[in-house]
Amino acid sequence: MTTTITFSLATARELVYLIAIAGFILALKGLGSPKFARRGNQLGAAAATLAIAMTFTLPTLRHSGKNLVLALVAMALGTLIAVPVARMVKMTAMPQLVAIFNGVGGGAAALISVVELLHLHALGAKPATYVTAEVLLGVLIGSVSFSGSAIAFIKLQELITGRPITYPGQQVINGVVGVAIGALIVVALLTGNIVFVYVLLLLALVLGVIFVLPIGGADVPVLISLLNSFTGLAVAASGFVLDNNLLIVAGTLVGASGIILTRLMSSAMGRSLPNILFSAFGAVITATGGEEGDASRPVRSGTAEDVGVLLAYARKVVIIPGYGLAVAQAQHTARELADALTAKGVEVFYAIHPVAGRMPGHMNVLLAEANVPYDELKEMDEANPEMSTADVALVVGANDTVNPAAQSTPGSPIYGMPIIHADEAEHIIFLKRSMRPGFAGIDNELLYDPKTTMLFGDAKDTLGKLVAAVADA
Amino acid sequence: MTGIVAYLTVFVLAAFVGIEVVSKVPSILHTPLMSGSNAIHGIVLVGSLLIMGEAHGTAQVVLGFLAVFLATLNVVGGFVVTDRMLEMFKGKPNERVRPPKDDGPGTPA
Repeated sequence: MTTTITFSLATARELVYLIAIAGFILALKGLGSPKFARRGNQLGAAAATLAIAMTFTLPTLRHSGKNLVLALVAMALGTLIAVPVARMVKMTAMPQLVAIFNGVGGGAAALISVVELLHLHALGAKPATYVTAEVLLGVLIGSVSFSGSAIAFIKLQELITGRPITYPGQQVINGVVGVAIGALIVVALLTGNIVFVYVLLLLALVLGVIFVLPIGGADVPVLISLLNSFTGLAVAASGFVLDNNLLIVAGTLVGASGIILTRLMSSAMGRSLPNILFSAFGAVITATGGEEGDASRPVRSGTAEDVGVLLAYARKVVIIPGYGLAVAQAQHTARELADALTAKGVEVFYAIHPVAGRMPGHMNVLLAEANVPYDELKEMDEANPEMSTADVALVVGANDTVNPAAQSTPGSPIYGMPIIHADEAEHIIFLKRSMRPGFAGIDNELLYDPKTTMLFGDAKDTLGKLVAAVADA
Repeated sequence: MTGIVAYLTVFVLAAFVGIEVVSKVPSILHTPLMSGSNAIHGIVLVGSLLIMGEAHGTAQVVLGFLAVFLATLNVVGGFVVTDRMLEMFKGKPNERVRPPKDDGPGTPA
């Protein structure tokens, strides 16, 4: 009788996992369409909740006493931290938050593989070679994702420079780490000695760091997408280790779709994935310009009053928002300015670069938050043909996305990225805090263009002054 | 060994499904999709719970505890943050009309 109950409960659990799998597939499908995205995500959350709840019917977990309590404590702790952080974090800090949540998932997957191996060894069983292989894969991919995401976070948070970090002997070091990892895997497979797994864990953490350091800040979002895919694969690997279809399918779904998404993102930037990942390796970045020498070149800086008049009497004004607008929390003031201009009969629209902000689609989220109507947002491809007929291109806290070097300077790190052609407008107004280069760390010729007027200062303050100036004009 | 082949079959099929499902996504949804799929791999929490159930000895329990904690951050934070992002994408872009006039000063009639 007992066995019957255990059996049916086990079957029920497998069936619930199957329902969760279907839920995840539908969730991913929904997330790809603007209409169903939110419902898709909620469906995914429901599927995950169901599967997690059902896991507690597992006899080993239910009767594990102290372990059960500890698991509940860990879950409570995680929830208590994750919910407020996810709810309170500023929309501008979203990319680094996604990086962190991704990294910890990779870390969990790596730990699962390690613990399962420890468990098998403690039982005195020498695991089959393919089990060891699964463990090694889980440890390798999960750890790379964990430390890589951590570095991505540090870069996006600007705790270290967003520029590609290169150092002498970089290729040699990468090569040594790569070979060492390969050798370790072979030795670990042959001997089955658990010490090699620990060493692999450490080396994989190092690999994650040295893999991400040379990637430029502007490319980090694509990298996060790739690491997201890695974590998916690490989760799938731990599914293999634990003989669990739910983890295999969910992890593989994310792994495969993540690769596709990464490709979509890099093509939105006009770059190939290898170019993004490896362009800084070995090569010294040319055309970095940098801060030095900036002061010596003449730029024209104007007053809000003059620019206000220019805007008020323009026919067509294009606002090109960038991350600086988001940092200054100026999206609401930008909307006020657009409204004030529209009231004066000026045609206004926003030209949105696909990677404006810090992630593809980031700017759309930020402007949606400020209630800017969708019909005033034009995607880059739609906006560019109209740029030559614009009287004013108002660049608010953007830099790299309007940098002509992306089209004209083959050595530039952003070469090949499509840009918004602010340079084609009659007048160009830059709202910028300083002459510092953008996130990609490269100088922008457009700042020195004779058509350009600089308005230095906090984007929100400056926009506020412009609103007043437009009203007076 | 048949077990591993069955799992490999599932793996390959799931990979094809994953590729099919996101073949075309508008760029405005790239960030939410990344974040949403990030939440989905948070299901690794189920795996963390499984190992916690059978963990013996300090090392296994400590690492298992850590795995449960990290996975919870991933799954809970992932879904919450994605929902917050998507909250702002109400309706299809073209269906959305300008908010009513009482929206604020300077809104044109």
